Amino acid sequence: MSSQDIPEENLPAEQDTTVAVADEKNPFADPGLPPHEHRIQDIDERAARRSERTVALLFTVSMLATVAFIAAYVAIPHDKSVFVFPIGHLNALNFALGLTLGMALFCIGAGAVHWARTLMSDVEVADERHAIAAEPEVKAKVMADFKQGAKESALGRRKLIRNTMFGALALFPLSGVVLLRDLGPLPGTKLRHTLWSKGKLLVNMNTNEPLRPSDVAVGSLTFAKPEDLEEHDHDFQNEIAKAALMIVRLQPDDIKDKRELEWSHEGIVAYSKICTHVGCPISLYEQQTHHVLCPCHQSTFDLSDGARVIFGPAGHALPQLRIGVNDEGYLEALGDFEEPVGPAFWERG
Amino acid sequence: MSTTETTESRSRGKAPAGERVADWADGRLGIYSLAKANMRKIFPDHWSFMLGEVCLYSFIIIILTGVYLTLFFHPSMNEVEYHGSYVPLQGQLMSEAFSSTLHISFDVRGGLLIRQIHHWAALIFLAGMFVHMMRVFFTGAFRKPREINWLFGFLLFVLGMFTGFTGYSLPDDLLSGTGVRFTQGAILSMPVVGTYISFFLFGGEFPGVDFVARFYSVHILLLPGIMLGLVVGHLILVFYHKHTQFAGPGKNNKNVVGMPLLPVYMAKAGGFFFLVFGVIAIIAAVAQINPIWAMGPYRPDQVSTGAQPDWYMGFAEGLVRYMPGWEINFWGHTLVLGVFIPLVLFGLVLMAIAVYPFIESWVTGDKREHHILDRPRNAPTRTAFGVAWVTVYMIGLVGGGNDLWATHFHLSINAVTWFVRIGFFVGPVLAFIITKRICLGLQRRDKDKVLHGRESGIIKRLPHGEFIEIHEPLSQDALHTLTAHEQYKPLEIGPTVDENGVERKVKGSEKLRAKLSKAYFDEDGQIPKPTVEEYKEITSGHGHH
Repeated sequence: MSSQDIPEENLPAEQDTTVAVADEKNPFADPGLPPHEHRIQDIDERAARRSERTVALLFTVSMLATVAFIAAYVAIPHDKSVFVFPIGHLNALNFALGLTLGMALFCIGAGAVHWARTLMSDVEVADERHAIAAEPEVKAKVMADFKQGAKESALGRRKLIRNTMFGALALFPLSGVVLLRDLGPLPGTKLRHTLWSKGKLLVNMNTNEPLRPSDVAVGSLTFAKPEDLEEHDHDFQNEIAKAALMIVRLQPDDIKDKRELEWSHEGIVAYSKICTHVGCPISLYEQQTHHVLCPCHQSTFDLSDGARVIFGPAGHALPQLRIGVNDEGYLEALGDFEEPVGPAFWERG
Repeated sequence: MSTTETTESRSRGKAPAGERVADWADGRLGIYSLAKANMRKIFPDHWSFMLGEVCLYSFIIIILTGVYLTLFFHPSMNEVEYHGSYVPLQGQLMSEAFSSTLHISFDVRGGLLIRQIHHWAALIFLAGMFVHMMRVFFTGAFRKPREINWLFGFLLFVLGMFTGFTGYSLPDDLLSGTGVRFTQGAILSMPVVGTYISFFLFGGEFPGVDFVARFYSVHILLLPGIMLGLVVGHLILVFYHKHTQFAGPGKNNKNVVGMPLLPVYMAKAGGFFFLVFGVIAIIAAVAQINPIWAMGPYRPDQVSTGAQPDWYMGFAEGLVRYMPGWEINFWGHTLVLGVFIPLVLFGLVLMAIAVYPFIESWVTGDKREHHILDRPRNAPTRTAFGVAWVTVYMIGLVGGGNDLWATHFHLSINAVTWFVRIGFFVGPVLAFIITKRICLGLQRRDKDKVLHGRESGIIKRLPHGEFIEIHEPLSQDALHTLTAHEQYKPLEIGPTVDENGVERKVKGSEKLRAKLSKAYFDEDGQIPKPTVEEYKEITSGHGHH
């Protein structure tokens, strides 16, 4: 049903646009534009001249500010700092350039607005409006023209042309879509694998040394990476985005989750550092409770209980890396993560 | 003969240079016809009409400063070792994007200023669009014939958000990289296509080596190009429709009252561009924004606390933060509702405000042009809906900064999160009810003022000892202004059974429409405005009341 079916009486009456003098009949009638009130500048030439001087002064200040801008650009070394009360220490060049540029611009604006407000005519004028929609005759002419044009094209009559044209127009954008294919490789199983594999040493992120169990103290949080991943490697960013590890040592008795205990070594557990919510690195560790908190969206995981989610928007526990100790006494991985690290995705399962 | 020649040559010699240039242009562009319609075009005056100008000017400022920044910025993720003049980062590995941003900030004189103007102008642009949009909404300026311009404006707001996001992601610093990671995680949550979109967008796994260059072309070409087109269309329509105005003496739906473009608005609006630019330049001089050197280059395994997006993305950030982490695993697939629902809600909440004008015009069934603005109180349901929408948006913002609320006000992060979780549902309902009541109260006050005059503050003692306050009748200007608004009657479906007992079919959509119309326009939806009869009855009697 179209809104044409709304009965006319539901719509408010068309506004009376004729100007009426307030009378006994309608005290609410439109009294028409109020008479123009003169400003001081309209009647007192001295006030007008004062306005003129103010405007000219503003424009002059603007010119001076531009000169000052150039002077500051040339004169102030770019590493000098300056103390400005109450803001504090600022880069002197940035402060000077910004202030002079700002003054130069602001004074032009202030001058123009003051000019408009005090010296230009402030008489209000009424302009007529015209309906946006065309008059019926115009519409009739357009419709007739269109029909004529459509008839001459024979588009409606020659269906074969029409259908094949639509087909061609519908198909050709496919080329554009196909061309986007090489934007990137297919996901494959890339999100399921990290650099970790059996026998890879856990290397301390800060010292770049392989970790021994004795390096991990109770209550400390250690970040680790796989042994052969170096900052200069071309794929470092992509690999560390999946392989980043967080290592803590708990009292084995405190570990509530059976699998967690099995995959740990003397209470040392290794978990993915990448949050399972949207992939921020988790970095806040509470020693007493063994909770870790993602600083981005506050998902909280309990490291003593299989890193399950205890608060926040994350949907599942942090993946744990199974670790052990090799013959030389270094911590090593006993395989890759058993489930994908980082945020969940459709194919994760 | 000779006389004519001399007159002609003299008149040609006398025509001022400006006129001759204008003649030349008119012969090729037809500028005189254009100027005839527009040079003395009337624009009404109201402070709130300036909000759109703030947006336009900050957009121009962003383009100007943005072009300057492209002269120095290298949109590349090649790893380089930093050897510039910022000592703390020397020798660090970083992308060229990050190191060139450091170069702009520390080695290009004025580079930091332009960067800060660019960033501040972007924040002001988005804030300006938000407030401008609310102005248009609450005054009903979106009604016919301006619905399409409303959509243009809405698209500008949404595109502005994404242009801002792709822009602040370019320096490849630790904060913005975290934001990109968040976006990638959100993309991954999309059922079926998520991983593919992510791999195509990033050229493989996150972060890869492509996204800065890709975001760059989106940020400086694709989105601003579309926006520039929309801005031009937006302005053409403003000129074509002529500006709306508030009701008042001499102002009606068929005219536009104000001052002419030349000279008043040329000077005011032109001057206002310089005011906006000047204020933003001064802000950029004294207020640091996005100090990427303090955050360092992006590494996917590092993060800082208090990570916040720019304000206009805070609403989306909030949705993601307070959504519970629902995940459904089935048949070897995962439905990541905990992230996907916020993603969908983000779109739905924005769409709700975008389509509102069409819903309202369906409910009223009004096909006439509207050039007189509503005072928000005179459209209580619309105003209440708008405030409810803003409430949802603001609760999202609070949720997006839940860690900052917790640390700054010493609250528990869990309590803040639960507050916004509940507030997301309860807040808009409360806001709706309260706003509607306030609107109705203000309507009653207007009615009271019209019928009984304004309180003069003069207390009079009558001979028998009674004290009364003298009410002064309003001027005709005020009477007209307070009674100029239109009021609709609720739509009646009528009896569904006719006199012969035959049931008339009424479509479900029609029933809904009648219900909405009743909610909008019955006694609980608006206070009937005073009628001439009521006024006469009261004023013809005793002088006071």
